[in-house]
Amino acid sequence: MNDRKTATRSGRAPDERVVVTGIGVTAPNGVGTEAYWAATLNGKSGLARITHLDPERYPTRVAGVVQEFDAAEYVPSRLIVQTDHWTHLGLAATAMALDDAGVDPAELPEYEMAVVTASSSGGNEFGQREIEKLWSKGPEYVGVYQSIAWFYAATTGQVSIRYGMRGPCGVICTEQAGGLDVAAQARRLLRREARLVVTGGTDASRSPYALTAQFTSGMLSTRDDPVRAYLPFDVDACGHVPGEGGAMLIAEGESAARRRGAVPYGVIAGYGASFDPRPEPGRPARSNLVRAIRLALDDARIRPDQVDVVFADAVGVPERDLAEAAAIGEVFGPRAVPVTAPKTMTGRLYGGGAALDLATALLAIRDGVIPPTVGVTSPAPGCDLDLVLGTARETPVRTALVLARGYGGFNSALVVTAP
Amino acid sequence: MTMFTLDDVRRILRRCAGAPEGDALDGDIADVPFAELGYDSLALLEMAAHVQQEFGIRIPDDAIEEMTTPRAAVEYVNRRFAGEPSR
Repeated sequence: MNDRKTATRSGRAPDERVVVTGIGVTAPNGVGTEAYWAATLNGKSGLARITHLDPERYPTRVAGVVQEFDAAEYVPSRLIVQTDHWTHLGLAATAMALDDAGVDPAELPEYEMAVVTASSSGGNEFGQREIEKLWSKGPEYVGVYQSIAWFYAATTGQVSIRYGMRGPCGVICTEQAGGLDVAAQARRLLRREARLVVTGGTDASRSPYALTAQFTSGMLSTRDDPVRAYLPFDVDACGHVPGEGGAMLIAEGESAARRRGAVPYGVIAGYGASFDPRPEPGRPARSNLVRAIRLALDDARIRPDQVDVVFADAVGVPERDLAEAAAIGEVFGPRAVPVTAPKTMTGRLYGGGAALDLATALLAIRDGVIPPTVGVTSPAPGCDLDLVLGTARETPVRTALVLARGYGGFNSALVVTAP
Repeated sequence: MTMFTLDDVRRILRRCAGAPEGDALDGDIADVPFAELGYDSLALLEMAAHVQQEFGIRIPDDAIEEMTTPRAAVEYVNRRFAGEPSR
């Protein structure tokens, strides 16, 4: 059996505690972490009827669009022209997160800083624009930056270049689960060779192409009223709506963070992931979410009764809500732990969603308050959960569990604890 | 006859590749390497594409290697005007 205290070649301990020291948020109900948090605690939703295109021709007419966001405030014009709106949101959130952490990347060894982001919808708006030029004007009119703006690793790459972070960078594409998977990857890297990791993710899926593509999932809500369009765990649940934005987080080893005087938000204490079995025709789909939850709790070495809040994945589709409620009930017992879905105020952010949930969980720990789930009024039969409905609930939060399920069968669970 | 000037380079770069911080593009940049101004090979390919579309001349991709500075780009384009029929 290995001596778990033996330091790795780089001097890091394989079981070192990893903490989050900076957060940056670009969300439909707030640009900037504190603006987002204040709006979220007040139950202020960023969901609205789509206005950036005429939604009448689309089945889904409601989305969470980031308001009052001028990329030029955060991103140099050189980078704006070569990146998609999704990466603008990510670059802005990264700048905020680094500032929040009090880190100047120029002062750190370049090969010990890494970037790992979650991505899902990619540079679809940029790509659609270039495809339109291709078919209407010809290939010589397709911009050269299409080659680097569309693909999933664009945000990781641009952050890495902008801040000179040459360590082990990457991107994970597990749809809504990605934000938790990259936090776990950041922890792995910090225990091996990295000193600082920029993690998290953003997403922007509002182009005509992206809206159309999403509709094939069968999970998008077609209700017109923004207040009634996305109601997870409710009797009237009818799907979810897309949202854009997300959160970027700065992760460091705890000892290094404290040495430089950083004040951590919390510890990435435990992680678990699983994959759903292949659906069988004519039979209800089976969920492996329980396994992911148990792995995360075991990894964090905590018991279910020590968890103070669960941030639900909240797909908003009745069968999926039931499966999630059943999984939570199986692990914790009925109505045994507060459950909330502040994503009812932003929509599902895919590549940015779980990162934003993670940031929100850390803020809940910091301030001792659980943000509300909005819009939901009548929990569906079988969803036997202690949902935090309508207003925020003030209560000490020392341990939070974040759940995220990615389309296709990805289940991820992450435990964060007070520093 | 000069048909393509340094101001054209400035204008086209700003439009298709963005501008560096401050007024770095406005000064005496004729002999400053593009790399120093912050423009990589992708930016130059994009500039060349825009020049082709606006002026109707043909610039092969490998011509980028000759355009190390704004002056080199101006001279290359004007040589094209002189020696090659417009599309």
